[in-house]
Amino acid sequence: MLGLLGAVGEPVTLGDLSRMLGLAKGTTHGILRTLCGVGFVAQEPGSGRYHLGAGLAAIGAPLDPHLLRSRSVNWADGLAARTGLEVQVGIPKGPAVELIHHVFRPDGSPQKLRVGELQPLHATALGHVLLAFSPVVSRHLPVDARNLDAAVGGEVARDVRRTQRRGWSLVDGMLAPGVAALAAPIRHHGGAVVGALAVVGPSTSVVGVGGEPRPSLPELVSTTARSVSSTLEERL
Amino acid sequence: MTGRFVAAIDQGTTSTRCLVFDHAGRMVAVAQHEHRQHFPLPGWAEHDASEIWQNTLRVLPEALRSASLEVSDIAAVGIASQRETTVVWDRLTGRPVAPAVTWQDTRTAALVEELNNDPVASLFEEVCGLRPAGYFAAPRLRWLLDHVPGLRRRCRTGEIAFGTIESWLIWNLTGGPDGGEHLTDVTNASRTMLMDIRTLQWDKRLVDALDIPTEILPEIRPNVQVYGTCRVGLPGVPIGGAFGDQQAALFGQTCFDEGEAKCTYGTGAFLLMNTGDHIAPSRNGLLSTVAYARDGEPPTYATEGSIAVAGALVQWFRDSLEMIKSAPEIETLARQVEDNGGCYIVPAFAGLFSPHWQPDARGVVVGLTSYVTKAHLARAVLEATAYQTAEVVDAIAADSGLAFTRLKVDGGMTANHLLMQFVSDLLGVPVERPLVSESVSLGAAYAAGLAVGYWPDLEVLRGNWHRAALWEPRMTEALRARGRAAWSRAVERTLHWIVDEDR
Repeated sequence: MLGLLGAVGEPVTLGDLSRMLGLAKGTTHGILRTLCGVGFVAQEPGSGRYHLGAGLAAIGAPLDPHLLRSRSVNWADGLAARTGLEVQVGIPKGPAVELIHHVFRPDGSPQKLRVGELQPLHATALGHVLLAFSPVVSRHLPVDARNLDAAVGGEVARDVRRTQRRGWSLVDGMLAPGVAALAAPIRHHGGAVVGALAVVGPSTSVVGVGGEPRPSLPELVSTTARSVSSTLEERL
Repeated sequence: MTGRFVAAIDQGTTSTRCLVFDHAGRMVAVAQHEHRQHFPLPGWAEHDASEIWQNTLRVLPEALRSASLEVSDIAAVGIASQRETTVVWDRLTGRPVAPAVTWQDTRTAALVEELNNDPVASLFEEVCGLRPAGYFAAPRLRWLLDHVPGLRRRCRTGEIAFGTIESWLIWNLTGGPDGGEHLTDVTNASRTMLMDIRTLQWDKRLVDALDIPTEILPEIRPNVQVYGTCRVGLPGVPIGGAFGDQQAALFGQTCFDEGEAKCTYGTGAFLLMNTGDHIAPSRNGLLSTVAYARDGEPPTYATEGSIAVAGALVQWFRDSLEMIKSAPEIETLARQVEDNGGCYIVPAFAGLFSPHWQPDARGVVVGLTSYVTKAHLARAVLEATAYQTAEVVDAIAADSGLAFTRLKVDGGMTANHLLMQFVSDLLGVPVERPLVSESVSLGAAYAAGLAVGYWPDLEVLRGNWHRAALWEPRMTEALRARGRAAWSRAVERTLHWIVDEDR
C-alpha cells in the first residue's frame, strides 16, 4: 500500500485504493487506519483522500546527538537546580556511553566540562540504563549479551535486571569511590531508548543509609527524562 | 503580595513566551508560540502586532496550566521585548495602523544617510548616545509617518499611539482602549534615538529633528516599578517592570557591577558591559545605552556591541540552503571536519552592525575551493558568530582599556559546544554559561519581583546565579592570529556592495 501511494504521487480515494490492491474496502480501511495512526499515511483535509504521511520521512533518520543535547538543556538545568546535583546525558557509543551533555553541580565548586568523555557501560548508571533498554548496546559487548552474567558479571547483571523492572538505575561508587548516580531512559520514536539522563553526586546526596535512593530522586530523574523524550518529537 | 512565583513575558523576534520562576530563580513553567515573519521586499522585515498580542494572551494561561498554577499564584509579571521594533496603533480601536517594522528592517537607509549628512547627527550622538542608524526605532516611526496615508493628521488629534513592543503589550494588558497605560521603559526608550540618555526624558530637539508629533510618544518609566495591574491575560497581577531583551539578559545574568558583561546568542548576538554611572562614548563602534534604572535611583549605563546575524545564519543555513533539518544538527555536520577549510562567511545580511556600522555591506562566502564541503560551510557559519564576538570584545577593550578575563554567555546557541569552545579559543578567556540560560526572561522576572518585594535586593538575586558550564581556551596564539586576519580580509570584501542603483 505504501509503495502504491508513493507511486501514484497524488492523494487517492479509499475505493481506488481497495480496487488497485484487490482488497476488500473494510480490510483496506483497517490497514489505512493503522498507517494513519503511526503517521505513515495522512488524509487530505476536505477530500478525505489518502497520501504518504510525514512520519515516513522521519523514520530511518537517526536521532542527532546535538539535537538531543539542545532538547535536554532546559530540562537538565531544571533538574540540576532542583536537586543540587550534576546532570549528565549519555548515548551509546560502541561498548561505552558517550557524554553529550553535562550540567555542573550548582555549588560554585571548580568543575570540568565532561562532554565527549567515554565511560564504561558496566560501571555507570547511564550505562546500566542503556544495557537494560537499548536495543543496540548489547551488540558491542565482548560476549553475547543474552547471557548478561557472562557479559558484564553477576552483580552488574542483577543491577541491570533490576533497572529493567523499576525503570531507573542506581550505581554507587563503581566508577569513582564516594560518587553515586541515578539514571533513567530517554526514548525516541516507538519508545526506542536512544540515551539516558543521570544525576551524579556525592553518595551521601544520592543514596540513603539503607542503600536506597534519596526520596523523590527516582521520580525527578524519570520525569525529566520523559520530558526530554517528549520534546524529541518536535523538529525545530 | 501572596503569589509564590513571578512570571515573565519574553516577546522575541520569532516567538512570544511566558516563563514562570520561583524564589530561587528556577524556571517552573514555559509556554511558547511563534509568530509569522513577513519579508514583503528585500531588506524589509515586519511583524503583525495583533498576532503578537494574541500569542501573548495564549501563552499566559498555557504556562500556568502546564505547572498547575492559578493566576493568584503569580506575585508579579515582567516584560522583556525585542528592541527597536516599531508599532503604531489607534487608541480607540486598539488596532495597529500599520505592520510592525522590526529591528532587522533596512528600509530607512536613505533617511538615515540624509540625517548623517546633516550637522544634527552629532547632536543625536551627544544627547541620545547613538549615531543615527537604521537599526533604531525613530527612523522607522518617521518612515511610517511619511508613508501611511493620513497618519500624521491623525497623530495631531491624539488618536494615535507609538511604542516599541513592550509599550504595545503594557497598553493592552492594562486595558487597551479602556484606559490602557501608555508607557515605555528607559532601556527600550534608549534605543529610539529620541531619549536624552542623561535625563531619561524625550529630547525636544531630537523629536523635532525627525519631525515626530510628541502626542504619540509613551511616558518613560524606570525598569523596576509597578506600572499598573493586568486587566486581561493575568487579571489582577501587577506589571512590575519591563526591559529591552538585551538589557533584561544583562540584569538576569546579575551583571550589576561596573565591568561585568554578558553576551546573549539568539537571532543576533549582543554583548553588553555594565559601565556603572557613567556614559562611555565609543570611538570603536559601540553603543552607549541604559543598562537599568530602579524606581527613585539614578540609572546604570552599559556599552553594547550589537551583532545583527548570529543564530539567524544557522536558520538561513537550515531553511534557505536546506543543508540541515534542525538547527542543532549544524554541530554534527561541522564536527565532521577539523577546521573551516579556508572558507569564511560574513553574514552582513542587513549591513554590518558593531563595530563596523556599514549599512551598504552585504554578506559574502569567501575562500571557496574544490576542497570545501558543506561540513566546512557549517563550520564557517558557526565561526562567523565567534569572530564577530571577538571584534566586539576588541572594541570594548580598546574603548575601556580593560581586557576581559572571562565572558558570561546565554541564549539558545550556548547549547552548541563547538561554537562556545571556539568563542573561548578566539577570545583567549574562559566562557561560562549560567544554570538558567533563559537570562532574558529571568531579567524581566527579577525586575517585576523586585518591584513588588518578592525579592528584597540585588544581592539575593546574585546568589541565584550558578555556573552550569565552562569552556576554557585551547587555541595557540598563532592559529588565533591567522584566523582573525583572514576574517578581517573577509569583512573587507563585504564593504560598499550596495550602490545607489540597488536602493
